[in-house]
Amino acid sequence: MSAPLNGNLVFNVAGKEYVGLDLYRSRGGYSALQRVLQQSPEASIEELKQSGLRGRGGAAFPTAKKIEMVRDNAETDRYVICNADEGEPGTFKDRYIMTHLTFQLLEGITISAYLAGASKGILYVRHEYWEPQNVLRAAIQEATEAGLLGDNILGSGFSLHLEIFSGAGSYLCGEETALLSSIEGRKGRPRLKPPYPTQQGLWDKPTLINNVETLSNIPMILKNGVEWYRSLGTSDSHGTKLISLSGDIQKRGLVEVPFGITFREIIETYGGGAKPGRSIKAVNIGGASGVLVPPEMLDTPLEYGACAKAGITIGSGAVFVLDDTRSILDNVHNRTRFFLHESCGKCTPCREGLRQTHAIIHKLMDGSATPQDVDRLERYTDAMQHASFCGLGTAAGNSLSSSLHYYRDEYLDHCAKENESSDREEIA
Amino acid sequence: MSTAEVYEIVHRLGLEKAPLLQVLLAVQEASPHKYISEEAVNEIARLQKVSRCRVYSTASFYSEISLKPRGFHLIRVCSNAPCENAGRGEIQKAVQEELGISIGETTQDGIFSLESVNCLGACYKSPAIKIDHEVYGDLTPEGAVAIIRRMREVFKNERTA
Ligand SMILES: Cc1cc2nc3c(=O)[nH]c(=O)nc-3n(C[C@H](O)[C@H](O)[C@H](O)COP(=O)(O)O)c2cc1C
Ligand code: SF4
Ligand code: FES
Repeated sequence: MSAPLNGNLVFNVAGKEYVGLDLYRSRGGYSALQRVLQQSPEASIEELKQSGLRGRGGAAFPTAKKIEMVRDNAETDRYVICNADEGEPGTFKDRYIMTHLTFQLLEGITISAYLAGASKGILYVRHEYWEPQNVLRAAIQEATEAGLLGDNILGSGFSLHLEIFSGAGSYLCGEETALLSSIEGRKGRPRLKPPYPTQQGLWDKPTLINNVETLSNIPMILKNGVEWYRSLGTSDSHGTKLISLSGDIQKRGLVEVPFGITFREIIETYGGGAKPGRSIKAVNIGGASGVLVPPEMLDTPLEYGACAKAGITIGSGAVFVLDDTRSILDNVHNRTRFFLHESCGKCTPCREGLRQTHAIIHKLMDGSATPQDVDRLERYTDAMQHASFCGLGTAAGNSLSSSLHYYRDEYLDHCAKENESSDREEIA
Repeated sequence: MSTAEVYEIVHRLGLEKAPLLQVLLAVQEASPHKYISEEAVNEIARLQKVSRCRVYSTASFYSEISLKPRGFHLIRVCSNAPCENAGRGEIQKAVQEELGISIGETTQDGIFSLESVNCLGACYKSPAIKIDHEVYGDLTPEGAVAIIRRMREVFKNERTA
């Protein structure tokens, strides 16, 4: 592979600079909004459709289609919400966009609101992101003063009032319906879908909810054109993905890669590979709710189709590397503890499933588990994957299931070894 | 904090129209002990015209909101896998020894509370902790202790000044 392409594709992440309003405009910022306001919304939506942009918040839903679903609703009181709850452990891409490419995000929100026909917008930012909240607040003010937000944007007659809503330390509130409940002043528990937020969202009004990275793609697509965007990536997945690289590698940090690159290339080229004298044991892709895969799987290209086939969830784009000094069980234990803490307890498979699986992993770690416990773990995992009410329980199940699939021996080793020692104790 | 101060905040945010969670966060932020007292719950319920039960139910759901008093400074240790692998354990141990408390507790002098937190989006500089609104990364146990000692100094100097 040639020299790393990092930045200046869709996201200028290599620049590591704050792109303020003047700088952003000098680089062509807000020209997309200007053009969108002058042509028919249908034409812009068609361009987004052609670009193949899909949601970067995890579910990869076609973005143009979602905008259209809100736009086509008979109810004209509509909302746009930017999901900036970024809670997936190992992920820091949205934080970077908010603090460095702030106006690219604001332009994206403004365009999507215009296309969806919404005049009220909310940025739901997690509470831990205090600094990003402050940067955003100042940028909203600046954009409003420049006539790029608020009433009668760029003299078009279109208005958008954008507010920041702070989360309060709940990972589950990143799930779109839990997020809605949270804004409405209730516990952040998920709701049954359908109705989808596009039909009945905030205060039962049609609501467009998109991730920070998704929205920030929009101005670049409309500015540089569909052809340009489609030339990045592959025929299956267009554009680029932000990857949060962490763990046992030489260089941690945020990188932007075109779709189609393999996970091995990402780790070797951008992350510098394993630390000296170490080798990679496992890679966690997609954060705590993502999968744990062995190094053999790293030749899978980062592409929606290929990843789905290989059982890899791209999710938030977090890539966390574990080297040969690490224990798989420690990692799994850390994740079940996280999910157990974040589960809202509304449904049994997730609430009880997590309690039981966490207890079994505990047992495995202190050496009192049997191979039957591993079978039991597998059954609970399966139930969580298939019967959970929302994506939290399903993802917790998926992540456990992948570690059981690839590292079953390590689970069994923990039983076998300890049984031997307890046998010895009995003899002695 | 007084009911008048609670009134002030809820009024500024828009009384009934203010989103409950934002009210709770603002009231907590203004409270010296970073929590929502029973009187605050009553006052918020009255001003927002919702039941006290609703206020409690929402407040208790979120990790960020506390219904018991906390220390003046809130130290949170990130506990997710990237920080765990980068040495969360040693950082936490050093901080606990320095403060003489465990996760979920407040020092006797009321200056510090210690909590754990989920990924701060700072895994490129794990291990990370957050003190009040500031994130500190690439920490060593000694570094963490030094930060705490400095804060304690500043706190005491401000009190005696
Ligand atoms: C437990 C859980 C947590 C989630 N957290 C986030 C999040 O922090 N940010 C985000 O954008 N999407 C998150 N999602 C996905 C959202 O529900 C939703 O699919 C997304 O915001 C849609 O935006 P997109 O189409 O741009 O991807 C989460 C989903 C689940 C199930
Ligand atoms: S899957 Fe878990 S988080 Fe989701 S509704 Fe059920 S208990 Fe709550
Ligand atoms: S895991 Fe600690 S900052 Fe991300």
